[in-house]
Amino acid sequence: MPSARGEGVSLSSLAAMSSDFLSVTQVRDGLKKVNYLADDGIAGVVYLAQRLGKPVLIEGPAGTGKTQLAKSVAELTGARLIRLQCYEGLDESKALYEWNYKKQLLRIQSDKKSDTWSDVHDDIFSDEFLLTRPLLEAISAPDPVVLLIDEVDRVEVETEALLLEVLSEYQVSIPELGTITAKQIPMVFLTSNNTRELSEALKRRCLYLHVDYPDMDREKEIVLAKVPDISVNLADQIARIVRSIRQLDLKKAPSVSETLDWARTLILLGVDHIDAQQAKETLHVLLKYQTDIAKAAKELSVDE
Amino acid sequence: MPVIDLMSGFVAELRRAGLPVSLTENLDAMEAIKVIPIEDRDAFKYALGATLVKNSSHWRVFETIFEVYFSLRGSQYNIVDPSDDQADEFWRDEQDQAQQGQGEGRGAGGGGLEALTPEELANMLMRALMQGDQAMMRALARQSVARFAGMEPGRPVGGTYYLYRTLRNLDLDNMLAKLLEANKQTTQRETTNLEQRLTKDEYESRIEQFKKEVEAEIRRRLVADRGAEAMAKTLRKPLPEDVEFMHASREEMQSLKKALFPLTRKLAAKLARKRRHGRKGPLDFRNTVRHSLSYGGVPAEPKFKYPRPAKPELMVVADISGSVAAFARFTLMLVYAIQSQFSKVRSFVFIDGLDEVTRYFKATEDIQEAIHKVNTEADVVWVDGHSDYGHAFEVFWERYGKDINPKTTVLLLGDARNNYHASQSWVVKEMRKRARRVYWLNPEPRSYWNTGDSIVGEYGGHTDGVYECRNLRQLEGFVEKLV
Repeated sequence: MPSARGEGVSLSSLAAMSSDFLSVTQVRDGLKKVNYLADDGIAGVVYLAQRLGKPVLIEGPAGTGKTQLAKSVAELTGARLIRLQCYEGLDESKALYEWNYKKQLLRIQSDKKSDTWSDVHDDIFSDEFLLTRPLLEAISAPDPVVLLIDEVDRVEVETEALLLEVLSEYQVSIPELGTITAKQIPMVFLTSNNTRELSEALKRRCLYLHVDYPDMDREKEIVLAKVPDISVNLADQIARIVRSIRQLDLKKAPSVSETLDWARTLILLGVDHIDAQQAKETLHVLLKYQTDIAKAAKELSVDE
Repeated sequence: MPVIDLMSGFVAELRRAGLPVSLTENLDAMEAIKVIPIEDRDAFKYALGATLVKNSSHWRVFETIFEVYFSLRGSQYNIVDPSDDQADEFWRDEQDQAQQGQGEGRGAGGGGLEALTPEELANMLMRALMQGDQAMMRALARQSVARFAGMEPGRPVGGTYYLYRTLRNLDLDNMLAKLLEANKQTTQRETTNLEQRLTKDEYESRIEQFKKEVEAEIRRRLVADRGAEAMAKTLRKPLPEDVEFMHASREEMQSLKKALFPLTRKLAAKLARKRRHGRKGPLDFRNTVRHSLSYGGVPAEPKFKYPRPAKPELMVVADISGSVAAFARFTLMLVYAIQSQFSKVRSFVFIDGLDEVTRYFKATEDIQEAIHKVNTEADVVWVDGHSDYGHAFEVFWERYGKDINPKTTVLLLGDARNNYHASQSWVVKEMRKRARRVYWLNPEPRSYWNTGDSIVGEYGGHTDGVYECRNLRQLEGFVEKLV
């Protein structure tokens, strides 16, 4: 029922979701529209993920837009983003589902006389008393969703196994209720900073995408797209300096988000042409270790 | 050839190169290429990559094999090359502009690039590099290979030889200097250091790109000549973690260094995790009672004494003579990168004399710089600069032997090729009596041990174990065991 509150918009995006991506180019253009500049590799894998209905494992250095990709795909497809942030000690009750003990207790106590044992038993293990956590929520959602499992390398190897059933079969088995199968196959993105080797079993179920630092031209475009009011000239200079810095042997190379921060800083300072002095003074936005800053300053100001 | 045969050959080659491709992944790849328009070569490559390669350090190996297998197969896999006509046209325009004055005009006509003299070719290459003209660079790469590589059908020579010949004729080493010089002239004003640096990096990356074009062209021609299977075999490169320290080329060294950093991070995370999740210890009575207060005196939450294994102290004694220097360097880098996992690290290097180098690592946070200092400044030559393990160990024992205590783990690094000097293996024996553990790491293949002047057996008998550490994989395995 169309109403005045712009429900038409969500309906049309629903329609966009139900139709599959038709080509890699379409994905890339679509992502560009939501301000995510994908290269051929990224667009190709997103396209495949949707066509094959497989999860995508995204690896790469920090700050290269891994999480952003999932968000952008959600925006592009008009789907709801469900996010599971991983950490050490994450378990079933935080990732999959949990029984609402307090509510069950209340149910048992509320009318002691009227119910027989089997009534109560059947009743307290029903949907009403189930607390869904991100994975189950993504599976049981009636509307299109994008599931983002962030920093999956943080969980222990044993916990990884929790994900396997969801990722390969798109279903969750709850002993008391039976198996809940997905109504529609959600797009799933897992990100990893590669602090440990993920298990073979997990990798095998996913498409693999390595997102590295962008090349110079793409970085320039990203800067242009993400930083308002920046001149082409400045963006070009920024991209070139960042490329030179990344070639140095640093503890932590500047990420894309740091490049953007730097660009914004320069805009705020009213710079439109970077000289060595300004570069030196603002390097701390780009680099986070004192030794790195010293090294970069030295390399950039001294001629070879 | 039907796609399925092609794919199984491709996958088989990936496996031979050491990539762990499982059956399901193979099936996924088949599934993936069904939904990819086959004429889109890039999409095809990424589809295979996403389904078959699950480790970013394997990507380069995958790329090479992909190039070999899918560069020349049938028309549908053909590379979308800028056709030579186009390049010729470009060249004619150039020619018109450049040489109109000389009245030569379009004399070369259909001859195109072939008609150029080597000097003209070099000039054109320089112009293309100046302007960063991709299409031109590609056309020139083809032309240079055709002209300079001297490739003959059926000749069993590897690609590197042709690459070397082509690049030598083009004199790329001087190209950078020439480009910078030309750039200086065209800008005609004082440039700042920053600008110079950026220009240099730009040209370097263009030259690098040109080299890659040349390499790709050579590969294409070799595949056309000998077939993919044979080519894949000669081009097969070991994965970074399988490169042998002792025989690594300069390029391989670079990739090793790159692989080392993420490895140390992984190792540190793994070890820290291991330390935290030790098995449960006995009940901690005090702690349990203290926590019981919040439950009204009921000890509802038992607390345990988790064992805290002491971090070992480490002494690294490394031979840094020519043959094993690379190995020593990598081990030191690895050890210092994860030094937080040890309570104390001291390092010593020797050839025939011995010097403590801990101070270099303390002075700076930059491991590379420290290693560089170790190589240039440490006082390790006693008589002639040939390895003398016996003397080095004697000196070690005399000066630092008393510092070894039951918490110390001693790592001895080297191939134990002692140039027939006295072994002084009693030192190792004494060390073992004092230290917690003494290990020997040998970068040579096991089959070479105790041949010639190698006396690793004699030393090894007094240690807690001798380990073969030919590559990063083995080194990683050992360090993990150590902590």
